[in-house]
Amino acid sequence: MERLFNTILIGVSGGSIYSLMALALVLVWRSTRVVNFAQAGQAILSTYIGYEVITHTDNYWLAFPIALVAGALTGALIDILMVRTLMKRAHSGPVAGIAPVIATLGLLGLIRAIVGMIWGGDLRQFKLPVSNHGFTFGHNTIPFAPINLLIVVTTVVVMLIFSVIFQRTNLGLSLRASAYQPEIARLAGIRVDLTRTIGWAFAGAAGAVAGMLVTPTNYLSPNSLDLLLVSGFVAAVIGGLESLVGAAVGGLILGISLALVLEYISSSLAFPVAFVVLIAVLLVKPSGLIGAKRTRHA
Amino acid sequence: MSGLVISELNISHGAIRAVNDLSFTVKPGELAAVIGSNGAGKTTLLRTLSGLKSAHSGSVEWNGQSILRKKPEDLVRSGIVHVSDGKSVIPELTVKENLALGGIWRKDKKDVALATAEAIELFPRLGERMQQSADTLSGGERQMLAIGRALIARPKLLLLDEPSLGLAPLVIDQIFQAIKALRDRHNLTVVLVEQNAMGALRIADIGIIINLGKLVASGPAHELIDNPSLRAAYLGY
Amino acid sequence: MRNFLGHSSRRLKAAIAFPLIGLALFLLSNRVDELRVYQGANVAVFVVAIISIILLTGYSGQISLGHGALMAVGAYAAVLSQIYWHLPVILTFFVAVLAAAGFGAILGSAAGRLTGPYLAGTTLALAVGLPSLANQFGFLGGEQGLNYDVGLPPAWLGADFTQYKWFFWISGLAALIITWLSFNLLGSHYGRNWRALRSNPTAAALMGIHVGRSKVLAFTVSSGLAGLAGALLAMTISLVTPSAFPTSLSFSIVTGAVLAGVTLLTGSIVGAVVLVAIPEITGALATHLGGSEKVTSNLPGLLTSVLLIVAVLLFPNGPQAIMKRTRKSSQ
Ligand SMILES: Nc1ncnc2c1ncn2[C@@H]1O[C@H](COP(=O)(O)OP(=O)(O)OP(=O)(O)O)[C@@H](O)[C@H]1O
Ligand SMILES: [Mg+2]
Repeated sequence: MERLFNTILIGVSGGSIYSLMALALVLVWRSTRVVNFAQAGQAILSTYIGYEVITHTDNYWLAFPIALVAGALTGALIDILMVRTLMKRAHSGPVAGIAPVIATLGLLGLIRAIVGMIWGGDLRQFKLPVSNHGFTFGHNTIPFAPINLLIVVTTVVVMLIFSVIFQRTNLGLSLRASAYQPEIARLAGIRVDLTRTIGWAFAGAAGAVAGMLVTPTNYLSPNSLDLLLVSGFVAAVIGGLESLVGAAVGGLILGISLALVLEYISSSLAFPVAFVVLIAVLLVKPSGLIGAKRTRHA
Repeated sequence: MSGLVISELNISHGAIRAVNDLSFTVKPGELAAVIGSNGAGKTTLLRTLSGLKSAHSGSVEWNGQSILRKKPEDLVRSGIVHVSDGKSVIPELTVKENLALGGIWRKDKKDVALATAEAIELFPRLGERMQQSADTLSGGERQMLAIGRALIARPKLLLLDEPSLGLAPLVIDQIFQAIKALRDRHNLTVVLVEQNAMGALRIADIGIIINLGKLVASGPAHELIDNPSLRAAYLGY
Repeated sequence: MRNFLGHSSRRLKAAIAFPLIGLALFLLSNRVDELRVYQGANVAVFVVAIISIILLTGYSGQISLGHGALMAVGAYAAVLSQIYWHLPVILTFFVAVLAAAGFGAILGSAAGRLTGPYLAGTTLALAVGLPSLANQFGFLGGEQGLNYDVGLPPAWLGADFTQYKWFFWISGLAALIITWLSFNLLGSHYGRNWRALRSNPTAAALMGIHVGRSKVLAFTVSSGLAGLAGALLAMTISLVTPSAFPTSLSFSIVTGAVLAGVTLLTGSIVGAVVLVAIPEITGALATHLGGSEKVTSNLPGLLTSVLLIVAVLLFPNGPQAIMKRTRKSSQ
């Protein structure tokens, strides 16, 4: 029982990070109708910037907001420089439908190459902002550590901020209206292009947070976030790809199931399990396990 | 010249010429009914007036200024508000949020609140359903919501695309009366696109009849109603 | 009737053209130095891989970001069949095709129901995760990989017939056969169904085309070709390792297909040559400009990505659209 409880706790901590990545993907999907594979690149770039701040100032808490802003700026820049052109020019023909996806792929490669040129391919490590030794109760030390607590709390805070923005502000209303019905949004006077840029910035920030949270207990290299991208995608799909709440819940479901498999079955099965979950969800309930009413068409 | 002045307007969808050499004028405060059957080019015309679609050639002026090549989000700010066909509401949002969209760009939040209250007064049913998702509204209620949202933008030129589409006769009547009342109260200029020729011409000041993108006839609404040859060929009653 | 004649005369032309091209290539291989021959072998491998994407994306309208993983499946199947069943090399290639096609069929039946983002994400997941599995199962040889030996060239080819030339002959022949088969496949009613599907799935369904089955078939065929490409790639390095099939391989193939015009079988050669030339170009750049190892080792990735982005931004509707436009404006 205690083992189960501990495993679930660890799963919640891992799942939180998946949720953040899923959130980043969902935010872009809703505004642009493209799964942004470059998100792994954007997050890694932001995390390296955070790493740089940490090596110079030895201060994780300063690095965190800087990485976040860097992530937001990168996202906005990508939308302005690339996505806008693409949206204007891609109309028809065999490539048009896949052009945006391919562009994000190219971008992932580009960012990764640039990161590699600046920082090289060596594995690097963050100094831990808080301890990774499990909490102790009396004689009992559990695997859940302050670092896990930091991850969960930060994720909850980020999610709360986003839900307030989306549900209670005019900006959130613009973001939602532009996502659902861009044409009606324009007729209501919303600057849909600008709104989409803001969506990309938010997504970039969420990805940066995911990178800054996952790296301390991991290592950093130009492609160290690839698996996180995949997990984030699986989480987003579980959540229906459209919904922010879905992203959060999807991340938790994936995190907990992975933790259970790793603890009780085998540690080499992480990827196959995630993949099987993905395929199973897509086959059984393609609209995601949570909410989403609409059918899945590109 | 003030009002809406359209001259020699051509609009294409690829090779299809949907609006062909169209010219007409709507004076300030006038309610103009644009009548035509399926595929006449009515929607295409309205989409160009609101900036969603670009024209091929010709000119459109609103109060002396060319509005071609302007973006819809800017035209809304200069008072041109378009209620597109098919009940232009966002079903994923609540009624309240749909209404809020109407004034989202406006700085004068006091007047937005006032306009919202006016819209609810005009369509009391909306007031009862504020927290409901727009998805759950009936066709007539959606149309009310769409028009209500447009009003909150404080339009000067209101473009309505087939507000009667798919509604029961009683509801149509209600919507048409509301449109007329609005025009009278706020001195709006209205372009009302309709297939329901009789209903639209009854409340309109002038009528414009188009067919396959071309102007067939235009003039005071009551004259068009009484014209026997138009009646048989285009008005269908 | 004319149509039929036209069709068969095209076939006849192809039947003459392909052996001629083959002959020309093989004669050429005697004239150029070893490095070029080796690069020629790589071009042939990429031709097969790019054609697999062209069939899938250009014709059935599906996308795969995970064909590198399917290549890995083919390569591992080939090498395992050699190690455990002692199959002759030629048969290991068939095993590679079958294994990857089987894997693709399973994936494709999920994929057949998926559109754009789901398919892209699922295949990407495959590209990221699958090769790393090799490290977790002992019989796959871990990071060191497994040796894959196609043997020396047969003695009758002469003493100065090098190993690289042998690689080139094998992969070149494979590429020619695959190109020829693909031409025929696309001319058949399967090819027509795919095209109908790509341009309008709903209309295709109304025309009586079984959309799901058609898509799965396309995915299966495409996967089989990717498997062959994987075995050929392994042949050229005599080794099957996870690191031979990185995610960037999947991306490179897609880049090649985009550069090839996505619907142009003959374009595959252009895409393949570019892919093989990129390391060479960046190598030359690096020696000219200098720069640290960090920079030079990332130049190829940079160039590939930039090419991909530029190609998509410049011709988001495919290079064919550009050609059409210039043709129109020159009239
Ligand atoms: N996006 C489009 N692409 C191609 N052709 C279009 C497009 N939209 C409209 N058309 C064509 O333009 C012509 C005019 O269409 P439009 O929608 O303006 O007619 P309408 O008068 O609004 O008809 P309805 O009363 O049925 O709404 C029609 O022939 C239509 O097929
Ligand atoms: Mg219409």
